[in-house]
Amino acid sequence: MPDRPGGTLYRGREGMWSWVAQRVTGVLIFFFLLVHVLDTAVINVSPEAYNAIIGTYRHWIMGLGEAGLVAAVVIHAFNGVRLILVDFWAKGAKYQRVMLYIALALFVVVMAGFLPRHLMNTFGGH
Amino acid sequence: MSAVDNPRAPYVRQKTTRSNYELYGWVFMRASGAVLLVLIFGHLFINLMTGEGVHSIDFAFVAGKWATPFWKVWDLLMLWLAMIHGTNGLRTIINDYASKDRTRLVLKGLLYLAFTVVVVLGTLVIFTFDPCPAGAAADLLPSFCPAP
Ligand code: HEM
Ligand code: HEM
Repeated sequence: MPDRPGGTLYRGREGMWSWVAQRVTGVLIFFFLLVHVLDTAVINVSPEAYNAIIGTYRHWIMGLGEAGLVAAVVIHAFNGVRLILVDFWAKGAKYQRVMLYIALALFVVVMAGFLPRHLMNTFGGH
Repeated sequence: MSAVDNPRAPYVRQKTTRSNYELYGWVFMRASGAVLLVLIFGHLFINLMTGEGVHSIDFAFVAGKWATPFWKVWDLLMLWLAMIHGTNGLRTIINDYASKDRTRLVLKGLLYLAFTVVVVLGTLVIFTFDPCPAGAAADLLPSFCPAP
């Protein structure tokens, strides 16, 4: 392992920020998944126990968390496809910045479709 | 170790690691990512966007899905691919930030422990699931369960 100064102040442009975002969202989704498999496992305890656990997903605070999670998944996935294209498509590296903006535009479109419905389910009269 | 190499030092070839592990990991991150996109978007769409979204999810809803091998295979693949992809991603991140050998060892130990527990548990849950458990209140069960 390198044990020497790594501290040059590198401030990249879009490429660096999208890399940071890929890390942060990846870690976030991973820790959600650890908890999520545990809450799903309660289904083998009893129907009552599972309904109580999954019922917490309906609370509006959780609803906002779910919106954040979905946003993290969508941005990680679209930027992931961009990374795949950068590596495997001959012109990928040339268009990496354009593709980042396309990924962001697609993210906005998907969230515009998702959010109203999800927030209505979360806050709508139940 | 001094902070920088002696500039006059002759070039010394690094010993090769004699394995393509990192290359396979790199390919796997991309291949699994492409498959996960379909699996997870499908999962989120069915569970959050159909019916009344989160308000539709309960025991009977999951029992209805896991009554078909289709959704069992879907969830199993999603579980395994997401856990391997995420664990490999976290392994890279630990390698990047934990510079002490001991810290790295401990963090990776915890990571692999979490991986094993979650994958084994999640797999067992799918295979041992009983949509019509005996003695459960009938109104919580899916409609296809035989009347008690
Ligand atoms: C808020 C969003 C989410 C909700 C409401 C939700 C809900 C559920 C439900 C009800 C199940 C039971 C089985 C089924 O419906 O197929 C389940 C299982 C599962 N979910 Fe999700 N999920 C969400 C997000 C995610 C995400 C982002 C991932 C991937 C990282 C994921 C991965 C899984 C896996 C792997 C299983 C199977 C668990 C097992 O094997 O025991 N879920 N989820
Ligand atoms: C939705 C579909 C997904 C796609 C298309 C995707 C794609 C990618 C790609 C292309 C990378 C870069 C790998 C590399 O640099 O070698 C990556 C990194 C990563 N992904 Fe995913 N991924 C997806 C889902 C997930 C999920 C569900 C998790 C968590 C369980 C996750 C966690 C991570 C982590 C932790 C990294 C490492 C980031 C880094 O090294 O900086 N990803 N993903």
